[in-house]
Amino acid sequence: MRDPLEKGQNGMTTPPTPPAPRDTVAISVTGLRKSYGGRPVLDGIDLRVPEGTVFALLGPNGAGKTTTVHILSTLVAPDAGEARVAGHDLLREPDAVRAGIGVTGQFSAVDGLLTARENLTLMADLHHLGRREGRLRTEDLLDRFDLTDAADRTAATFSGGMRRKLDLAMTLVGAPRVVFLDEPTTGLDPRSRRVMWEIIRELVDDDGVTVFLTTQYLEEADRLADRIAVLDRGGLVAEGTPEELKRRVPGAHISLRFAGPDGLAAATAAFRTGTADPEGLTLRIPGDDSVPTLRAVLDVLDHAAVHAESLTVHTPDLDDVFLSLTGTGTGSGTGTGSGKEPAR
Amino acid sequence: MTPFTHTLPHTVADSLTMLRRNLKHARRYPSLTASVVMTPVLMLLLFTYVFGGALGAGVDAPASGSGGEYVDYLAPGIILMAATSGALVTAVGVCVDMTEGIVNRFRTMAVSRSAFLTGHVVSSVIQTMLSIVCVVAVALLVGFRPHAGPVEWLAAAGLMTLLTFALTWIAAGIGLVARNPESASNIPLPLQFLPFLGSAVVPPESMPAGLRWFAEYQPFTSVNETLRGLLTGTEIGTNGITALAWCLALTLTGYLWARTVFHRGTAADRRA
Repeated sequence: MRDPLEKGQNGMTTPPTPPAPRDTVAISVTGLRKSYGGRPVLDGIDLRVPEGTVFALLGPNGAGKTTTVHILSTLVAPDAGEARVAGHDLLREPDAVRAGIGVTGQFSAVDGLLTARENLTLMADLHHLGRREGRLRTEDLLDRFDLTDAADRTAATFSGGMRRKLDLAMTLVGAPRVVFLDEPTTGLDPRSRRVMWEIIRELVDDDGVTVFLTTQYLEEADRLADRIAVLDRGGLVAEGTPEELKRRVPGAHISLRFAGPDGLAAATAAFRTGTADPEGLTLRIPGDDSVPTLRAVLDVLDHAAVHAESLTVHTPDLDDVFLSLTGTGTGSGTGTGSGKEPAR
Repeated sequence: MTPFTHTLPHTVADSLTMLRRNLKHARRYPSLTASVVMTPVLMLLLFTYVFGGALGAGVDAPASGSGGEYVDYLAPGIILMAATSGALVTAVGVCVDMTEGIVNRFRTMAVSRSAFLTGHVVSSVIQTMLSIVCVVAVALLVGFRPHAGPVEWLAAAGLMTLLTFALTWIAAGIGLVARNPESASNIPLPLQFLPFLGSAVVPPESMPAGLRWFAEYQPFTSVNETLRGLLTGTEIGTNGITALAWCLALTLTGYLWARTVFHRGTAADRRA
């Protein structure tokens, strides 16, 4: 599997001097509940997010992701439960929490009638940074987010990707220790999405910021998150590192496709561990993508003198985890189907 | 009340920041402000030149303090209209902010809660007062001849500021509850025509009984009569104190309503 390698490289670029944490847990949540009009949206959530890590809350639409962010960012009060964010109690000291967090919501929160620079200055003023410090911070963020050329254009003229960058830059003016990102790349083109990912990862690696993000994109969670929690219908159905979650689905298999039922029958007889799908003319054999495994499979085919049309290796990805955990998939029968679309 | 950790200087600083933001909006996009001036100006021209001849005959008696020109009777009412159309800008401005994500951003920051609304309201009052100045200037151009001295002008300005504050706080509330900017601009429209159902264009004495009763007791009439008295020297009587009471009561109502609606969204504060 390639993903762990990628993650390993990411992990090696450790921050040179992480700021000394007072509280090693940036977000801790116990028994969080919220219902709207008698319908439970969050049904007892427990979470712990260590400082300086990226935590992804993954779930389908309507799972309660945005509600969680709204509660943790002091916009909405929970019906029950306790939470500490950025070292302060959410309910007792909302203003202290606000002083330590930054939020980029699902809908762009930039002032379209102001220029990028004015938007950032507005934030600096509201953080009472002072004229000099505010100007420095503004120019620094414009530079860092590659917005200097567009600094004097009104935000209304910005593309989706630029708007999102400005939005995040505004969130960072107050140098928050905990940043909430609600679906930060929804609606962005692949290029802007990548830029956004880099920025988010840098925040954590270089500045030691804690990022709490929600996403429906498994790839995003896989790429960015140190830990992932899967939220479904108001409850957490799984939590762990991307690798831990992937291990939970025993999905690695090799899929062979044949020209006709005869080939399939012969192969089914040769591989005793396989599962045949007569309609799709495919045979599914448990196994991973290692060369010895593949060689063994090909050897068996040669010995049985069966000709296979194609061979696909399917390694479990977060899609499998997601589908099997949230029960939105159509079952394991789709294995060959999803194996045909290796996203990476 | 919520136990805010804010100091008064922060509240003032935040409100000024918000005010600067709103004034910047107004300066950059003057079309909305211009439409606020245009409506009363068009009404002024329409009533002076088109209906003025016919209506002037009917208002000769109450306008006796002046030279009897209809525009002298009409102008104070038109000035009131400028105040009501200013309310529209507030409603739209607040609503646009509410429907976009920017308010949630402010709410997740340690910003004084009242600053957002205060910024909008103060900015709108400044804009509306400027458009009232424009409307007065146009009225003077078309023949309005007030008999007011400096004290009366000052009192008139004070009265208009009070009325504008009242209308603006109510408009802020409308902007908060409106679902979209379109309805935010439609809801205050009846407000704009309320002066007509008072003494703005013709004296209420000329109206049928039910309407006349409404016209005599609705808030705009007392304000209108007070303003007319200050500018053209007609009898003010008890209208002055009634107008003052209306303005203060409406300001308080509008303020409390807008504040309540705005805080409803921030339940985290209420529990704290």
